Amino acid sequence: MRIAVCIKQVPETKSVKMDPETRTVIRQGVQSIINPLDLYAVEAALELKERYGAQVTAVSMGPPQAVSALKEAVAMGIDEAVLVSDRAFAGSDTWATSHILAGALKKLGAFDLILCGERATDGDTGQVGPETAAALDLPVITYVNHIHELRDGILKVSRLVEGGTEKLSMRLPGVLTVVKEIGEPRLPTFRGKLKAKGLEIPTFTLETLQLDKNRIGLKGSPTRVVKIFQPEIVRSCEMLPAETEEQTVKAVDSMLAFLEDKAV
Amino acid sequence: MNNIWILAEQDAGQIKSVSYELLTRGRKLAEKSGRKLCAMVFGHNIFEDGLNGLIARGAERVVAVEAPELAHFLVEPYAACTLELINKYRPEIILAAAGTTGRTLMPYVAMTANTGLTADCTELDIEDGTGLLLQTRPAIGGNIMATIKCPERRPQMSTVRPKSTPQSPRQEGRTGEIIRLQAPAEVNKTRVFYDGFEPGTEEMNLQDAERIVVVGRGIKKAENIKLARELADLLGAALGASREVVDRGWLSYPHQIGLSGKTVTPKLYIGLGVSGAIQHLAGMQTSERIIAINKDPEAQIFHVADFGIVGDLFDVLPVLIEKLKKGEKIC
Ligand SMILES: Cc1cc2nc3c(=O)[nH]c(=O)nc-3n(C[C@H](O)[C@H](O)[C@H](O)COP(=O)(O)OP(=O)(O)OC[C@H]3O[C@@H](n4cnc5c(N)ncnc54)[C@H](O)[C@@H]3O)c2cc1C
Ligand SMILES: Nc1ncnc2c1ncn2[C@@H]1O[C@H](COP(=O)(O)O)[C@@H](O)[C@H]1O
Repeated sequence: MRIAVCIKQVPETKSVKMDPETRTVIRQGVQSIINPLDLYAVEAALELKERYGAQVTAVSMGPPQAVSALKEAVAMGIDEAVLVSDRAFAGSDTWATSHILAGALKKLGAFDLILCGERATDGDTGQVGPETAAALDLPVITYVNHIHELRDGILKVSRLVEGGTEKLSMRLPGVLTVVKEIGEPRLPTFRGKLKAKGLEIPTFTLETLQLDKNRIGLKGSPTRVVKIFQPEIVRSCEMLPAETEEQTVKAVDSMLAFLEDKAV
Repeated sequence: MNNIWILAEQDAGQIKSVSYELLTRGRKLAEKSGRKLCAMVFGHNIFEDGLNGLIARGAERVVAVEAPELAHFLVEPYAACTLELINKYRPEIILAAAGTTGRTLMPYVAMTANTGLTADCTELDIEDGTGLLLQTRPAIGGNIMATIKCPERRPQMSTVRPKSTPQSPRQEGRTGEIIRLQAPAEVNKTRVFYDGFEPGTEEMNLQDAERIVVVGRGIKKAENIKLARELADLLGAALGASREVVDRGWLSYPHQIGLSGKTVTPKLYIGLGVSGAIQHLAGMQTSERIIAINKDPEAQIFHVADFGIVGDLFDVLPVLIEKLKKGEKIC
């Protein structure tokens, strides 16, 4: 079986800061990490590899430094990795990104299964998985929290939906996006790290993929970000003390009145 | 032609209430742009009442596509129906709820229809002059907001965050057209099959809960969780936790809210002894109303709260629980 895992390099959310004057995101000194939610997709791929045997390929589209995210995946046990990188890809929205990723996956040959994270922590859209599936004309199951079994080319899974879990089967090839409940990602191994260090990671460029220039990058993206701003903190907290018994009763009464008043 | 459409959802033939939130959004856009509001719904044996309800709550036209294959959401049959309606009616805008269905179907459709999609919008408006849809959404864990347009390609598509707007009320006397369409032949070309559903436990449903009581390290020990649970039960709320509480094993991981846990947007969040670390805020700061009980007046949580009690939660909770038990102002 051949499995592909799509991983994205993102800025570490914890360190995202806004410049209060210019109201733009400060990018300087922000560390890049592998999208934490993609580690679960890597884990799912490695578990499938252990259970059924598989060759696992990690694919990432991004600037040259995204190689470090791919190496991290290799250190966890992924077999091979490909970077998809070209200046012409910059500014791609989810539609264009999916178009490019689909191009790279096609170029790599037929996969039985493609795994994505639930969403990337920077864009927060969760659209690239299903869009890539559509671009490849493959079926997709999202929010997968458990992979039950693979038999005769049919994969049985559960997915988390509102109010419970849904059980589904999929005839492979297909795409899954996975959530955290799929299983705690393993740590890189020493052997994996050594392998990652020595591994030559090929880069697919526009030239390699031969994509239509009107379907990639900013130009090929249907959406435009017209404004970025920091949410106004409009909440002004009414604070009541509860030091004495009397104060406590009063505070609780006000809280109940607040609930009533705001009808929540 | 070129109208505003919503994707209404059904479950066992009943229209889901999240559809009425989309009608609220859609009405505003329809009125501002002088277009009609239409609803599409896919299912099997959808109740007539529900379709009439969509009209009564603001749709001018409802198109229902029915087939046994559409009883449960499956991406390919649903996409085939949506694409058929896009070809037939050429919608200007399509809105879907940003739940597990909309967030799967809409990207699948957007890719095939060669158009843009904005995820999880919390604000929608029509731009003066251009008439374009302005889609505003939080990104990077709610740290920034972005406004996005889809200037050229059609339809303009958004998924809309559930519970970010009230449901459109029934107005008797509203009229509209209900069209029942035969499903396109492709609906039976699915490669995904539905095998069943299991209802979830409390912590699994944290993200759907309208009210959440969250415990932080201030609860001090596992035995005290029952106090919080009692409050949660009285309020009909689900129970959540900070990472400190989960790390200590006082509640299990699925209860965790924040950067490395769940993102929640309930109508009401009540934090008990939660400090409001940035990683926790990332998962809850877009809650509609936030109440905090913490003995430290400097605690970060008060910066995002609407109402705060500065005091010992072990003094406050018994009084609160007592009053709620007596039925005082339970809403
Ligand atoms: C990479 C990373 C990811 C993380 N992800 C998450 C995450 O997803 N979710 C999350 O929650 N955290 C996360 N954290 C941890 C986070 O930084 C905080 O440590 C955590 O949120 C603090 O939990 P707390 O508020 O319960 O505890 P504390 O910060 O210890 O706060 C306890 C609060 O209780 C108050 N208190 C104590 N006793 C009483 C009393 N008797 N009555 C009233 N108030 C009282 C105190 O004043 C204090 O404000 C993450 C951290 C890292 C580094
Ligand atoms: N540039 C990228 N390169 C590789 N995979 C990506 C990229 N962007 C998104 N993905 C995959 O798609 C998922 C959803 O991303 P997003 O739609 O950006 O939230 C991620 O968890 C990744 O698995």
